[in-house]
Amino acid sequence: MPEDASFDKFKACAIDVLQVPADKVVPDARFGDDLDADSLDLVELVMALEEAFDVTVDESELEGIETVGQAYDLISAKL
Amino acid sequence: MLLGVGPDGPVQGRRVVITGMGVVSCCGIGLDPFWDGLQKPAPEGEHRVLDFDPTAWFGPKEVRRVDRFAQFSVAAADMALVDAGEIGADPDRSGVVFATGVGGLETLQDQIGVFHEKGPRRVSPFLIPMMMVNAGAAHVSMHAGWHGPCETIATACAAGTHAIAAAARLVSTGRCDVTLGGGAEAAMVGIGLAAFGNMTALSNEGISRPFDARRDGFVCAEGGAALVLEDLDHARRRGARIYAELLGAGSTADAHHITAPAPGGNGAAACMELALADAGVPPTAIGHINAHGTSTPLNDLAEAQAIEKVFGSPAPPVTSIKGVTGHALGGAGALEAVATTLTIDRRLIPPTAGYEQPDPEIHLDVVHGQSRSWDPAPALSNSFGFGGHNGCLVIGPPPS
Repeated sequence: MPEDASFDKFKACAIDVLQVPADKVVPDARFGDDLDADSLDLVELVMALEEAFDVTVDESELEGIETVGQAYDLISAKL
Repeated sequence: MLLGVGPDGPVQGRRVVITGMGVVSCCGIGLDPFWDGLQKPAPEGEHRVLDFDPTAWFGPKEVRRVDRFAQFSVAAADMALVDAGEIGADPDRSGVVFATGVGGLETLQDQIGVFHEKGPRRVSPFLIPMMMVNAGAAHVSMHAGWHGPCETIATACAAGTHAIAAAARLVSTGRCDVTLGGGAEAAMVGIGLAAFGNMTALSNEGISRPFDARRDGFVCAEGGAALVLEDLDHARRRGARIYAELLGAGSTADAHHITAPAPGGNGAAACMELALADAGVPPTAIGHINAHGTSTPLNDLAEAQAIEKVFGSPAPPVTSIKGVTGHALGGAGALEAVATTLTIDRRLIPPTAGYEQPDPEIHLDVVHGQSRSWDPAPALSNSFGFGGHNGCLVIGPPPS
């Protein structure tokens, strides 16, 4: 389970951009169904994550990313 | 309101009545606070809507995704719908025409800052949907769930008036049974204020005093307003409260200069005459004029000359609420249409705040000091915009 400082940072970005309660940002949460995020919301979330983690995420890397856990893994692999 | 001129002369459209209104202004949010504000001196300081709380209309995520001008649009439209009661119209025959001068200038300014500071990859994906001038109308249609025409008019300071005219025309032609017409502006951000200041359009003293000899420019404001415009028969069938009838509208262009009015107010005079003809009302039947009256030296003189040209002397009593509200640009015409409707409904002409010293070149009966009681008659509401756009509405008491 990614219960570490970087997941907390990831979570803070999601809460801020998607305006969702903290307890909803769990690895299994689906962006569309559970967090009510549309494609533009995800673009903004990626921007916030790039800035917070000082990484670059290419658009092609986002294909197939549907859950918080998948997105977190994508980011943490770059750290 | 005329549909046009056929082989046998003018063709009358359906009668259009005003059955709901909503206001977001620096002198009050909602009809009663706004009306009370119009009876008082201008609020101190900048003419911002300080106590506006968008969370009454938007969730936490939407608040960040909808520019302030579109928030004003939805707030005003929602208040107007609540005021109108159960309309029960077919959503496919319900439409929206909403105005703004510049749209989401605050969002644009912020994101240009981001672009320069952090580069193109950090520019918000919401910039376009937030800044586009049609965002106000779009959000209003989504809020109302109406599927009829949803359009935006952007004719600077005449836009609110033009939007209400277009919305009323949709009802008059029979395309819609009900429409929301209005306008909103929230452009009091650094870049906008700097530009207006450099045009020398703003009052150096920061005082709006329409038609006064000492007037030296307009006072920038923000805000918005909306009217529910409804087919008379539809309104009667549902037992709606009818505030007033929208009798006619006019629209002309000066075709003269991008910012200065045509000398002698020729375009404005032609517009007033067209609106009267559209309403089928002679100048002598007009009991009151809600002037554009921005408090700039040129506008007020040209408008006064135009009024004299159309109405002779003495012209009907004139007021400009911009003494209180300042100039809310694309929202101004909508605020003034609401004010004109309330002037009929409350049987009182609000005073022109700031007016004390008559200008020897202006021969108008400017209502000032305190509101003046009157027997409601058809009234004219004027709006003139940068670009030489002229718009006039004729609003009359409710049909007996």
